[in-house]
Amino acid sequence: MTAKKKPARKTKRATPAGKTAVRAAKRAAKPARAPSAAYADFMVQAYAMENDARDRYTEFAEQMDMHNNPDVARLFRKLARIEGLHAETIVREMGWSKPPARTEAWMWRHSEAPESAAPGDLHYLMQPYQALELALESERRAVSFFSGMTRSTAPVEVKRIAREMAAEEREHVRLIREWLKKFPKPERGWDQDPDPPQQSD
Amino acid sequence: MNAPAPAAGLKPQLFKSDVKPVWCPGCGDYTVLSSVTKALAALEVRPENVAVVSGIGCSSRIPAYTTCYGFHGVHGRALAAATGLKVARPDLTVLAMGGDGDGYSIGGNHFLHACRRNVDLTYIVMDNRVYGMTKGQPSPTTEPDWDSKLAPHGTGLREFHPLVIALASGANFIARATSSDPNGTADLIAQAVRHPGFSFVEVLSPCVTFRPEQRNWKEMVHPAPVAPTDDAARAARRLMTDDGFNIGVLYAGHRKPYRPEMGRPAAEVAELETEFIL
Repeated sequence: MTAKKKPARKTKRATPAGKTAVRAAKRAAKPARAPSAAYADFMVQAYAMENDARDRYTEFAEQMDMHNNPDVARLFRKLARIEGLHAETIVREMGWSKPPARTEAWMWRHSEAPESAAPGDLHYLMQPYQALELALESERRAVSFFSGMTRSTAPVEVKRIAREMAAEEREHVRLIREWLKKFPKPERGWDQDPDPPQQSD
Repeated sequence: MNAPAPAAGLKPQLFKSDVKPVWCPGCGDYTVLSSVTKALAALEVRPENVAVVSGIGCSSRIPAYTTCYGFHGVHGRALAAATGLKVARPDLTVLAMGGDGDGYSIGGNHFLHACRRNVDLTYIVMDNRVYGMTKGQPSPTTEPDWDSKLAPHGTGLREFHPLVIALASGANFIARATSSDPNGTADLIAQAVRHPGFSFVEVLSPCVTFRPEQRNWKEMVHPAPVAPTDDAARAARRLMTDDGFNIGVLYAGHRKPYRPEMGRPAAEVAELETEFIL
């Protein structure tokens, strides 16, 4: 029995960004074929999702900068960079000369893009662990979104890419869980400010 | 003056200035800022054709955070300034913005008459039911039993109902939005700007510092169960029985906007400039 060569993508899944790059390389190696309209639409949506998530994490980082919480700001900036790389990868994969115009989350209308962290869940004294918990929830929603697409009536090629993306998001969930182990869980009273904004007299 | 031609392909980022907001992390006003920039991009108006006018308070800092023309004015007087601006420059898209204290207490009378005049502008109130900037005093929309150190056992006063007041006073478009849904809020703001006359959008925007329990609002809001109506009597019945968490367009009327004949200005800007040419 001939030993099968291990796929390249299995060996390069070190980071969420690196893994997406592997996917891009794999797809780029395939013979060029014009994507169907449904496929292109889906990729626009996937791009918008990553883009929204990047913008949201960037806003979070700026808020933490403003409130002198550099550790959490750095973490949000890192997450923003990762989401931005994913968005760029989609642009490259699709061969778009520039990002699609129809991205501004208007397609989500009365709901949030699945991978965007909730804007009201921040606290100026929050710790990296809590920031990662927010990110974990976002990645779980992304898994759910892409998995749902695989069970939908979408065309086969859309289901295929959705399946790949769901697998990637699951990998992100795993990685964030790994990162969570590196940070201590906040102790009780983490939000107690010795100089609180609440007037006390 | 004619309205400027639409500018297609604008990005929300174009409307954000380099000044970073100093609001508390988690504050709903961040979302409202984001929603306004998304709405303006969708409306395809350029920043130089938009004026953001505010009063005083946390939320009234917003003009500085946009690249539009801005006027951070006197407490409670955002609508007075915005009305004058829109009447003088009908070509501009004018947004008046602020909080519940600024708009309903200090500016309460301006609110009534702005609704009554029905000038074609949009008033966005970020309602957190507290004076945040001055450390948490009860505002007109604060619940009567909200117990705090500054109002032990609550004020005992019935809260102001801005949407009912707006309807009774003649506002032509009334909507409620929530900061927990930035895209939905952007959509409602865009609809408000498009609608002729005085449009009022109340955004439930939690104060996470003085009213941390408002973080739960995101669980309490729900889409309005009925379609928008243009029947003021029906809207009144709905608003009077409203639970305060219905999100969507609640009234869209057909009153003709107030637009006085201004005549030709004494001088165009270019003519004035010639006087200074040496």
